[in-house]
Amino acid sequence: MLNIMRRELTGYFATPVAYVFLVIFLVMTGIFSFYLGSFYERGFADLDPFFRFHPWLYLFLVPAISMRLWAEERRSGTIELLFTLPLTTLDAVLGKFLAAWVFIGLALVLTMPMWITVNYLGSPDNGVILAGYLGSWLMAGGFLAIGSCMSALTRNQVVAFILAVVICFLFLLSGLPMVMNLFKGWASQVILDGIAGLSFFKHFADISKGVIDLRDLIYFVLVIGFWLFANVVILELKKAE
Amino acid sequence: MIEAQSLCKSYGNFIAVDDLSFSVEPGQVLGFLGPNGAGKSTTMKMLTGFLTPSSGTALINGIDVTENSVAALHHIGYLPEGAPSYGEMTVQQFLTFVARARLIETRLLADSVARAIGKLNLAAVKHQPIETLSKGFKRRVGLAQAIIHDPQILILDEPTDGLDPNQKYEVRRLIQEMAQDKIIVISTHILEEVEAVCNRVMIISDGRLLADDTPRGLISRSRYHNAVSMVVAGAEKVASILSELPEVAKAELRDGELTLFPAQENGLFEAITAAISRHQWEVASLRLEAGRLDEVFRSITRSEATSC
Repeated sequence: MLNIMRRELTGYFATPVAYVFLVIFLVMTGIFSFYLGSFYERGFADLDPFFRFHPWLYLFLVPAISMRLWAEERRSGTIELLFTLPLTTLDAVLGKFLAAWVFIGLALVLTMPMWITVNYLGSPDNGVILAGYLGSWLMAGGFLAIGSCMSALTRNQVVAFILAVVICFLFLLSGLPMVMNLFKGWASQVILDGIAGLSFFKHFADISKGVIDLRDLIYFVLVIGFWLFANVVILELKKAE
Repeated sequence: MIEAQSLCKSYGNFIAVDDLSFSVEPGQVLGFLGPNGAGKSTTMKMLTGFLTPSSGTALINGIDVTENSVAALHHIGYLPEGAPSYGEMTVQQFLTFVARARLIETRLLADSVARAIGKLNLAAVKHQPIETLSKGFKRRVGLAQAIIHDPQILILDEPTDGLDPNQKYEVRRLIQEMAQDKIIVISTHILEEVEAVCNRVMIISDGRLLADDTPRGLISRSRYHNAVSMVVAGAEKVASILSELPEVAKAELRDGELTLFPAQENGLFEAITAAISRHQWEVASLRLEAGRLDEVFRSITRSEATSC
């Protein structure tokens, strides 16, 4: 598993994928927090305007990373090489997922100048900021697990991208009134709570407020676990197609 | 040892491999021969556990691939069809990755990579990304990857496809070198390759086993087996005279070459040389045919196709 993870990570940096992603991620987080988030005008020394747009950024950037994970292996035929090495499917899935997750973590670490800036401008609650980073990284893991699973369904990266964006979008929005109104009136309260509880938004917002609730952590771990499990099942069922 | 037990693979109504059973012992170099789409690759994919058989199974040194593919795969080196590899990696990086996945100890890692690079003459390109290499090099990287852990069983899907004649010769020499104590299964549609490296041939068509024999045994099925071909002045006249001999079953004249088919097992060549010296014919060339594999291949696979 570590071997696959290492191969994947070096793979990112052997191609322009890594550099393009990092640059776009940094530029976009900058634009979002300074223009849309009114970072200066608000007059608060915190990173809320920075974190607030992460879900939307991830909605498109994470599927862009995850779309090639399996679709590319299928297209180039290397999936046959990979699965005739003495590895389990779980090893391969975890190795690829962790490499991508670490890579996104690296992108987050590179936004460090934002953190330095707020500390220079005022005295923010660094605990809250750290929690924000943790929440953001966990949420990225959730998006990534969905994207990895969708990528295993097809040999076409564009299809993998679109499927991942759609599923991630549903997970993001499930707590918003727009979606809830669809169910209100005919679904019972338990189902409504269940749907609302699935939302990435709510759990991310909770963590990034600085309240690290075990339930929010478990939520993300479960989401990642569920989609990676589905990923393994899909690969086992249609390895060779 | 490989034991295939009634392997079947079907996709909907299409049957790719139909009830294939065979076993291969160490020291055997088995060639799968068959037209395109005959089920050669599908069979190899099932032997390596990449494809799950619709029914039946395969045992690799006694381990069932459908039940415990990871354990079985430790014994196998496999070159998939088309020799896929990670294009953005250099040859050295790629082979190191495979060696690690093969659980080669860290202290032996560099040695085994260097040995594989040496065996396939890849030293000149070992720091180049694989995607920048020519088809021949890519194929050799695929072969290096398959032998890196010195496996007891080698399964090679079209190992010499895309290589030039010199490289083909090298790869065949490598296969012969390793053949002594190993099991090697190759698939090919190049007939000369079978004659050059294999000591056992299985002809597969439409997923079924049509012949299982040594190359020599197959060749002796040829109608050319023990026939005599000659180039001679006044071939028509010679043909009519020789047809009268009791040893000659039939005479055929094609492109100036006269071929005489034997009526019985032995004695044709002697009878013809005697006739030549008796009649003082001017003979430009004279040879005893061993048989023609391409003709055997065609007759076996085609008679099958027409009988369906």
